[in-house]
Amino acid sequence: MHGTRILDEADRLMTVCNSCRYCEGLCAVFPAMEMRRAFSDGDLNYLAHLCHACGACYVDCQFSPPHEFNVNVPKTLAVARAESYAAYAWPRALSGVFARNGLVISLMAALSMAAFILGFAAAHDRDVLFGVHTGPGAFYKLMPHNAMAALFGAALLYAILALVMSVRTFWRDIGAPIGGRADSGSIFQAIRDAGELRYLHGGGVGCYNEDDRPTDRRKLYHHLTFYGFLLCFAATCVGTLYHYLLGREAPYPWWDLPVVLGTLGGIGLVVGPIGLFAARMQRDSELLDEGRYGMDVGFIAMVFLNGITGLALLSLRETAAMGPLLALHLGAVFALFITMPYGKFVHGIYRFTALVRYAQERRSAS
Amino acid sequence: MSKKYDVLVIGGGNAALCAAIAARRGGASVVVLEGAPKFYRGGNTRHTRNMRCAHDAATEILTGPYTEEEFWKDLLLVTGGQTDEELARHMIRESKDILNWIVEQGVRWQPSLGGTLSLGRTNSFFLGGGRAMLNALYLTAEQLGVEIHYDAEVTDLVIEDGMFLAARLKRPIDGANEIRATSLVAAAGGFEANIEWLKEYWGDAADNFLIRGTPYNRGSILKMLLAKGVQDVGDPTQCHAVAIDARAPKFDGGIITRHDSVVFGIVVNKHAQRFYDEGEDIWPKRYAIWGRLVAAQPDQIAYIIFDSTVVTSFMPTLFPPIAGQTVAELAGKLDLDPAALEKTVADFNAAVRPGIFDHTILDDCRTEGITPPKTHWARRIETPPYLAYPVRPGITFTYLGTRVTREARMLMKDGKPSANMFAAGEIMAGNVLGKGYAAGMGMTIGSVFGRIAGREAAKHARN
Ligand SMILES: Cc1cc2nc3c(=O)[nH]c(=O)nc-3n(C[C@H](O)[C@H](O)[C@H](O)COP(=O)(O)OP(=O)(O)OC[C@H]3O[C@@H](n4cnc5c(N)ncnc54)[C@H](O)[C@@H]3O)c2cc1C
Ligand code: SF4
Ligand code: SF4
Repeated sequence: MHGTRILDEADRLMTVCNSCRYCEGLCAVFPAMEMRRAFSDGDLNYLAHLCHACGACYVDCQFSPPHEFNVNVPKTLAVARAESYAAYAWPRALSGVFARNGLVISLMAALSMAAFILGFAAAHDRDVLFGVHTGPGAFYKLMPHNAMAALFGAALLYAILALVMSVRTFWRDIGAPIGGRADSGSIFQAIRDAGELRYLHGGGVGCYNEDDRPTDRRKLYHHLTFYGFLLCFAATCVGTLYHYLLGREAPYPWWDLPVVLGTLGGIGLVVGPIGLFAARMQRDSELLDEGRYGMDVGFIAMVFLNGITGLALLSLRETAAMGPLLALHLGAVFALFITMPYGKFVHGIYRFTALVRYAQERRSAS
Repeated sequence: MSKKYDVLVIGGGNAALCAAIAARRGGASVVVLEGAPKFYRGGNTRHTRNMRCAHDAATEILTGPYTEEEFWKDLLLVTGGQTDEELARHMIRESKDILNWIVEQGVRWQPSLGGTLSLGRTNSFFLGGGRAMLNALYLTAEQLGVEIHYDAEVTDLVIEDGMFLAARLKRPIDGANEIRATSLVAAAGGFEANIEWLKEYWGDAADNFLIRGTPYNRGSILKMLLAKGVQDVGDPTQCHAVAIDARAPKFDGGIITRHDSVVFGIVVNKHAQRFYDEGEDIWPKRYAIWGRLVAAQPDQIAYIIFDSTVVTSFMPTLFPPIAGQTVAELAGKLDLDPAALEKTVADFNAAVRPGIFDHTILDDCRTEGITPPKTHWARRIETPPYLAYPVRPGITFTYLGTRVTREARMLMKDGKPSANMFAAGEIMAGNVLGKGYAAGMGMTIGSVFGRIAGREAAKHARN
């Protein structure tokens, strides 16, 4: 007996799969399963996070429903994964946020954005908020750079703290030795596996979505979203360096590095989430964790909002819309930061951790 | 109303799809009639995992060469010579090319993982298993323009003087309840799911058989063909049967109900008596004989008995072993006479001679002074908990079939080849397999003869 019903079901499936093993070439889940004969809660959570939901093992399984063995690995592991986010959340008191995730994220986003607009308006007269500001330092007419840095730095630090605490619990639970450290080789391997989404490919043909044809572009959209996010993050870092090291103030001209990075990233953050959303809506419901609609869509929407407000700000920054758009964009970024540890964003972190563990296991097995 | 095609393929498994694809590539219009609903398409092929092909050198997926001659020797060994040598050698030669041809049809092989089975040299494994390979074949067939119908059981064949004219359907397709074609490829599997038919040869024992694969292989096409003048081949009592868990479903339990723990323990019948040398031979032979052995026992049930020291020596099982702290307690749970089982285990333990255990070779751990002996891997059963798996005969597929030529053309009872009827796969496996089995040959027979049948059927249709 396990802690939850979904873990009981995952255990049942892993017992079926372990006596079958036909899927062992498809992804990391099955080889990891084969290293075990019995499955603790931690083992099952580990396997759940190794799954990239490509759907191949469902389409290829001779026992998927309507067969009486009723084997549906992607869906079961998706539910287990989602439940584990709450189980490992830090602080524990906030784990309930996952249950109403979609709602919380949209409320946070709306509130943060409203707060920034109202804040700007209260701090300045209408002329500043709706004025046309150009040239270096234009953004800081609305909010001093130091205030901005303090606010976002604090939000980011909180997110990092919460994520680190959660991952620590996860790392212990999935059977890594207490105090055990991942070796650099395993980390490097995991970075590569995560970076190329190695296991989101149905064993090589692609990913399954609405039917048994591997035509899904989810890997592409996921890449756009993920690398879009990284590019935007890089843009912010470069901007910060410009500010403190070179004393150059934003906004920068369109050809300058932070803007180029931000623009490319912004495009990724707009196109990627749209693609992911469309794929989710088309997906065979047999493969989906329907209960988590809010969480998935809330996160996709949040990322999209960040991308679109960023691009809008970029293209309209020399007009009177700059003030309100800056407020919206900062609000979206702020909301993203503080909800990070309590939304779909965490899947990337846990997945990466599981991949490190997997790389470690493979190294010690060979 | 009826429709006419160049080639009609009956069945929906590996043999049928290979035939359909080859016929379509040969320029014919092709229709496939699969009796099962879409999810269950592909009969027993859904449950397969690998295929045995000859090859001259190691590849990405195979660890070493497996020559035609070696394949032939293996086939000779398992069939005890009951095989059509010309046909078998032809198949083996063609199997070399199939390794690549099947990939061209979209099927993917799994790189050798050094994993579960010791078949890395002789057999190629489908990435994702048999259903994945079927999905690929169906996709290719559809893209080529093969017309495919599910729930399309053929209930009658119109054949005149060895010439196929039309097939009648249980359910009309596009308003037609009959389909005509210039050539026929019969690839509708064996009759293992037809218990009534099995009973003709096995008696009431067949009621206790479990069918490992599809419930849709009822042999109806085979029966019609034999009734309409096609020559039969093979012994109807010969089939591929293994001992599988007695708790498995009646049909379609697939691969995961098997047990390969026999060599680690002893096997007793419902009277708690041993009946065969559990240490006679190594895999895969030991695997394939136990279905028949259990079928010959009262009520077709047996129990593999072992102890806690060996549970991690074999593949994890779907159903957990039944456990008891004492032999008597275990017997009680199995509904066996406790005294009888205790005596059997005690006698066995007393007869075990010391040796060095190695389950990968025929080792020197054996018994002395009991019948039947256990000639290898004999170790005392003495560490509780005592464990058991109940097993029944699990039928994989049957060997009675239609006789064919090298061109996969059916031979009629008068010895003449049929004008336009071809057969592939399980329905003609008996030409090659008089008895016995070597892992992966079902797929070889299906792919090789499927491709030939399709090609020849298209050729006939074009003439
Ligand atoms: C559990 C299990 C594991 C196996 N593993 C392997 C393995 O790893 N390697 C290997 O080589 N072999 C394996 N085999 C054997 C292999 O499955 C068969 O040899 C092979 O599937 C035969 O292929 P086929 O195309 O001739 O028949 P099938 O794949 O059985 O297809 C027969 C088709 O005919 C259809 N049909 C039947 N009657 C009618 C009708 N009247 N009208 C229309 N359609 C009809 C059925 O629905 C079915 O689709 C395994 C078998 C089982 C049961
Ligand atoms: S998903 Fe199905 S085919 Fe794959 S290993 Fe599990 S039981 Fe076997
Ligand atoms: S990654 Fe794909 S193949 Fe692997 S368990 Fe998840 S859905 Fe199945």
